[in-house]
Amino acid sequence: MAIDQDTVLKVAHLARLHVSSEQSAALAGRLSDILNMVDELASADVDQIAPLAHPLDVSQPLRADVAEPADLRDRVLPLAAASEGGCFLVPRVIE
Amino acid sequence: MSLHQHTLTELKALLDGGDISSRELTDYFLARIERFDGELNSFVTVTAEQARSEADTADALRSKGEIGLLNGLPIAHKDIFCTRGVRTSCGSRMLDNFISPYDATVVEKMRSAGAVMLGKTNMDEFAMGSSNETSFYGPVKNPWDLSRVPGGSSGGSAAAVAARLAPAATGTDTGGSIRQPAALTGITGLKPTYGTVSRWGMIAFASSLDQAGPMAQSAADCALLLQSMVGHDDKDSTSLNRPTDNYLADLDKPLAGLTVGLPEEFFPASLDGRIAELTRETARELERQGARVVSVSLPSVKLSVPAYYVIAPAEASSNLSRFDGVRYGYRCQDPVDLMDLYKRSRSEGFGDEVQRRILVGTYALSHGYYDAYYLRAQKVRRLISDDFARAFEKADVILGPTSPEVAFPLGAKKDDPVTMYMADVFTIAVNLAGLPALSMPAGMIDGLPAGVQLVGNYFREDQILNVANRYQQATDWHRQAPAFGGAQ
Amino acid sequence: MSAWETVIGLEIHVQLATRSKIFSAASTAFGAEPNSQASLVDLALPGTLPVLNREAVNMAVKFGLAVGAGINRRSVFERKNYFYPDLPKGYQTTQLAEPIVGAGSMEVVLDDGSRKTVRIHHAHLEEDAGKSLHEDFHGMTGIDLNRAGTPLIEVVTEPDMRSAEEAVAFARALHSLVSAIGICDGDMSQGSLRFDVNVSVRRKGEEKLGTRTETKNLNSFRFMEMAIRKEVERQIDILEDGGSITQETRLFNGDTGVSRAMRSKEDANDYRYFPCPDLLPVMLSEEQIIELESSLPELPAQRLVRFVEQFGLSDYDARTLSSDLATSDYFEAVVQLSGDAKLAANWIMGELAAKLNAEERTMSTCPVSADHLAGLIDRLKDNTISSKIAKQVFEACWNGEGSPDQIIEARGLKQVSDSGALRKMVDQIIADNAAQTEAYRAADEAKRKKMFGFFVGQAMKASQGKANPQQINELLRKALEG
Repeated sequence: MAIDQDTVLKVAHLARLHVSSEQSAALAGRLSDILNMVDELASADVDQIAPLAHPLDVSQPLRADVAEPADLRDRVLPLAAASEGGCFLVPRVIE
Repeated sequence: MSLHQHTLTELKALLDGGDISSRELTDYFLARIERFDGELNSFVTVTAEQARSEADTADALRSKGEIGLLNGLPIAHKDIFCTRGVRTSCGSRMLDNFISPYDATVVEKMRSAGAVMLGKTNMDEFAMGSSNETSFYGPVKNPWDLSRVPGGSSGGSAAAVAARLAPAATGTDTGGSIRQPAALTGITGLKPTYGTVSRWGMIAFASSLDQAGPMAQSAADCALLLQSMVGHDDKDSTSLNRPTDNYLADLDKPLAGLTVGLPEEFFPASLDGRIAELTRETARELERQGARVVSVSLPSVKLSVPAYYVIAPAEASSNLSRFDGVRYGYRCQDPVDLMDLYKRSRSEGFGDEVQRRILVGTYALSHGYYDAYYLRAQKVRRLISDDFARAFEKADVILGPTSPEVAFPLGAKKDDPVTMYMADVFTIAVNLAGLPALSMPAGMIDGLPAGVQLVGNYFREDQILNVANRYQQATDWHRQAPAFGGAQ
Repeated sequence: MSAWETVIGLEIHVQLATRSKIFSAASTAFGAEPNSQASLVDLALPGTLPVLNREAVNMAVKFGLAVGAGINRRSVFERKNYFYPDLPKGYQTTQLAEPIVGAGSMEVVLDDGSRKTVRIHHAHLEEDAGKSLHEDFHGMTGIDLNRAGTPLIEVVTEPDMRSAEEAVAFARALHSLVSAIGICDGDMSQGSLRFDVNVSVRRKGEEKLGTRTETKNLNSFRFMEMAIRKEVERQIDILEDGGSITQETRLFNGDTGVSRAMRSKEDANDYRYFPCPDLLPVMLSEEQIIELESSLPELPAQRLVRFVEQFGLSDYDARTLSSDLATSDYFEAVVQLSGDAKLAANWIMGELAAKLNAEERTMSTCPVSADHLAGLIDRLKDNTISSKIAKQVFEACWNGEGSPDQIIEARGLKQVSDSGALRKMVDQIIADNAAQTEAYRAADEAKRKKMFGFFVGQAMKASQGKANPQQINELLRKALEG
């Protein structure tokens, strides 16, 4: 299935990737190639088949409700490009 | 024989026998890396000081009689494993400045077993690639021919082991990223059953497919490494809670009574005749050792590449959302607002292939497409898994070529991602089903290594290691080394 | 009245009172220094993975059982993908297609005593996001991830409510329920419950639902009520002017009373839900569910019915007394000791409630113990004191002067019921007030009623309030009649 430039721009926005209008044409081509390959899936007869999310049929293990000290702030905050007063900083968010 | 020509198993015997210290061994390999890796580019970070310190510790423990399974053995870790206090880049500019505050479980376990970390190996960015050409740190070269690729995404680990800059290394395999580079560089690599090795600290690409595994000169080496890597980890919900197998006990078991299945679908008309031939020759060798060879069928395997290229990018697109410039990793200069922070940090931090796959994955999950793509791909996944289940009723192990080609020239597939994706046509189905598989060298074509793949049933790593080990006892493809760096 | 009908649905986020987070072992305690309770998992460091908290599952199941909902033996976590700084992974782990709790309902008692059943569509488990702090960061926003990963259940109702009153009544009932079964601390000031209200209007008789708006993140009943009223007004105004309602998300500022549409709702966010591959399906066994069912305390609704049947209370009284555990436990203790449910109810809802309100206390810090109140009721019933004196005794007891008996003794408040002494006193009053007595005897029925009070007052004065009122009334009447 081919994907057009407009869709590329919309998807890029959803993924928070910057794609210029110039780039979107080439990208649309490349992505269409990939999606055309993927379209072979349409030929599969899977109507009665259940999806396989995990190879082995196991269920979620549960953890006891015990709190452990996180004690990480001093190690982790320095990894950020901008922080202050113990918080990570980002440009002002307006809702 | 030079030290670097020894297998990991042989080096362990030397250490155990007191013939050499871990420190000497470590210095030796660090010197080789220093001398030769400039050309190869297989390492992103060499942790010389830490390695020497770990080696000294191993020697001290040894003298006290505390000898872990990997005591004093120098190894390299693919740069996808978080290593505390050491850069963990995942081959990306996005994490070029990321010093991990914690260790991956695999790293911790191997360290507890006594392993010494030489450094972090180069890889395709975020494990997305089959040639190690997408790394921020530049491509890795194949030591057999520096104008060619080593395969990917664990290209750095493969090249380092092939060039004997490290006796062994860890890799990860999502669609073939251990097995394919192993085949292209003439080494042995194994992807275990999904859930056997913990994914805690292993930077996620496609969560339901990723598995860590060993890469070394031989099956026996891989068994040794695997033994230290496996085990339940309650920090990983997908980690299986089952008793640990013994991978070393039955390595030498004779092959009489074994049935080997050759899937017709792994021998399409389009397959390079020479690769088909050396695969059949491998089957003949196994027959000589007492195995029976039968034909099996995996009809849905032809859908494995399309299914994979929906599932893996979809999961990756979500897994990579945390790379946003806020808490760690690359942040663009002077973002004007939040949207700018996100878009520029991600577009500047991620390479082209990663961005392409994020877009494919985002599209596949987007409104209106989920059923047609992701859900459908997961259904095809079950078809593939069922195919293998049927095949394993007829055969104990499945044999086929690992890669449809030998190492191709750098840049050859740059402009065509789909052609690149086809490099994984034989390996991908195994990840979709979650089965264990290994690749071992089985011949040479025009002076370049070619490998074959052995697929086992769930939790039968012991069996495929046994078959590979028996094969390697009777043949010497795995002992071939490139001229590069005096590896021969 | 109005030509318009309001239709309201609620989505309530309930913070579960677990000790650790839903997918990591970091503490959920309120008020810690920023980012001091954020683990590697909560910070979404590369390579980190979620592991599910057993207690969060248990609490969700308990909620489902308490509202008579089906418990899904198999439930699946999904990823809701979107970018926001307080959402470190770039997705929220939640449930969509297969939530843990199915359809249920709650019966709500309204102000006028009538009952209404509100259907619950489902409830699901999810993780809370961190906090964005817009002040104090000189034009930037500070991100604190302490709250990220706190377990929530999101309770989604059907659009069954038809007024702000009904919505608030439901919200209160839900608050009461989750506190009573111990899954939430109910502290609204700490954000333990947050409400999103979906509001639409339609002409009375119209079957089709109007376009709805969603007002998010209301954290008090008062604000919720205000927000709903405001929104209904706004929508009716627009529709009456011939306009149409835009489906949008709105924010309501309780302090200013201003409601506005959220900025930057470019296009409806495509959340690209898919099952989280790092988590496996949650499977519940019959044994687990039975065990959780037996661990449930008596629910407020059950208690209400019991109070009506067992103690003969009115609906209103029963509702007030059963709504929170502390009050109902207190009430039952007092009844147990004094044997009088009616008096216990009156005193708790009357004098005691008034004092608690005046001093901004809750039942848990009430200085009059159940023992003491029961003792007070005993003395009332055995006529040791009159109800007027009882109020004095109560006050003194509240102020810590001791038990009712001690207070009555110390202050000499025993009701005088000795008929001899009382007759003597009455005679004295008649004698001392000859003029008024004559006036009374000469007056007609209506005037007499008014004048009688004077004599009662005199009797109370003379006896320092301790005269048994019924006896005084009788004696005075006899004496005055002559």
